[in-house]
Amino acid sequence: MSETQILIDEPGFDRMISRLAHEIVEHNHGTSDLVIIGLRTRGVYVARRIREKIAAIEGVELPLGVLDVTLYRDDVRQHLRQPEVRASDIPFDISDRHVILVDDVLFTGRTVRSALDALIDFGRPRTIQLVVIVDRGHRELPIRADYTGKTIATSRGQEVRVRLREVDGSDGIDLVTLQDT
Amino acid sequence: MASLTIDHLIGLDGVPREDIALILDTTDTFLEVLDRPVKKVPTLQGKTVVNLFFENSTRTRISFELAERRLSADVVNFSVGTSSVSKGESLLDTARNIEAMKVDMVVMRHSAAGACEFLRRRCTSRFINAGDGAHEHPTQALLDMFTLRREFGTLEGINVCIVGDILHSRVARSNMFGLVTMGANVAVCGPPTLLPRHVDRLGVRVFTDIDEALAWCDAVNVLRIQLERRAGGYFPTLREYHDVYGVTAERLDRLSRRIAILHPGPINRGVEIDSDVADGPQSVILRQVTHGVAVRMAVLYLLGTKTE
Repeated sequence: MSETQILIDEPGFDRMISRLAHEIVEHNHGTSDLVIIGLRTRGVYVARRIREKIAAIEGVELPLGVLDVTLYRDDVRQHLRQPEVRASDIPFDISDRHVILVDDVLFTGRTVRSALDALIDFGRPRTIQLVVIVDRGHRELPIRADYTGKTIATSRGQEVRVRLREVDGSDGIDLVTLQDT
Repeated sequence: MASLTIDHLIGLDGVPREDIALILDTTDTFLEVLDRPVKKVPTLQGKTVVNLFFENSTRTRISFELAERRLSADVVNFSVGTSSVSKGESLLDTARNIEAMKVDMVVMRHSAAGACEFLRRRCTSRFINAGDGAHEHPTQALLDMFTLRREFGTLEGINVCIVGDILHSRVARSNMFGLVTMGANVAVCGPPTLLPRHVDRLGVRVFTDIDEALAWCDAVNVLRIQLERRAGGYFPTLREYHDVYGVTAERLDRLSRRIAILHPGPINRGVEIDSDVADGPQSVILRQVTHGVAVRMAVLYLLGTKTE
């Protein structure tokens, strides 16, 4: 049994992406040397949306990359799980660029930790800035987001789902409370 | 969640299609890693891999070692001259020593068929066969298949002909098993003395005329002719072998289409293949070498991180 509560609907989601895009451009004084990299899988869709918004605001299409962090995950090394490993695709040099790293949900921080290690192997960016749609707390590492769509206080038994049109048919944020039967 | 069903890679005989597909898909990822400025990922940090080579090998050992180091594994090389090993007892001794050293994975080459399986049964480590006698050489076949898949987009339905000394070739055997499993049409071609009897039972076609074979296939995998086979009486002279079975530019020019040329190396130029073919535009031989590292990384990753 589980109970789903819709926290953000489709228009709200679009406004959130707009705000994040504006914040990124404002903080970086424009778009020069900005590149955007999405974390597989959902971060990639979010990254595309933010990129489209920035193109609409500034008329500039940022270089877009895809990062798969499986090979850098600590839980894979510890034999806790073996997820499918897929290719990263960063068709540009990230050295001396400002990397906008995008993921859907920030939780323990372990995925972002892996992503930082992975990115450093691709080059030496001037900065790495983290964008997440939801920060749900419960960090296990000293990591924070630079741009946050929504901060949601959750319990560990709850799950936050960022819905995306490309995979789920609609946009939004749901809070799912898992109940013991 | 994708995991291999196999726990060791001894051969491709009996390995299910899903496993081979997973290895080839994972290889795509590692090929991308090899293009990065830092060609190394931390995935096998803290794991120890022993390269146990009882038979001389340069390229396979280097390829495995690079793959292991690029996954951040600790690597120990253990080369034993064939002469110092009397099979059976000393192999078992070696097995016990490996066990005592607490290694995680063993990559093994031996001149005796079945040697890898023999040790695997007596050890707790994960084993990868890097060639055992005339039995199997699975990672070579996987890199050949990966190269073919990149060349043609699929293995299903493509015509692949293996030419040369099929009788003594572990590369041929592994390729036949793997390719047939993946739905390719496979043929072998060579002097009748170098074709195993009943090879057609493996589901492959048999050609003894190289021109017919080349006309049939989309890709040809040319095997090295070991010079000492002539002394064994399998064919009269190297020159005659070249005349009758050599893959030459002249033969390729007579075909109505371009076929891909593979060779597991090292090449005997002017024997089984001409220089202008080996270095020509249809050759994917050096790509095979690059793919070899990526395939071995994929196998090491999938076996080395497999959950218990």
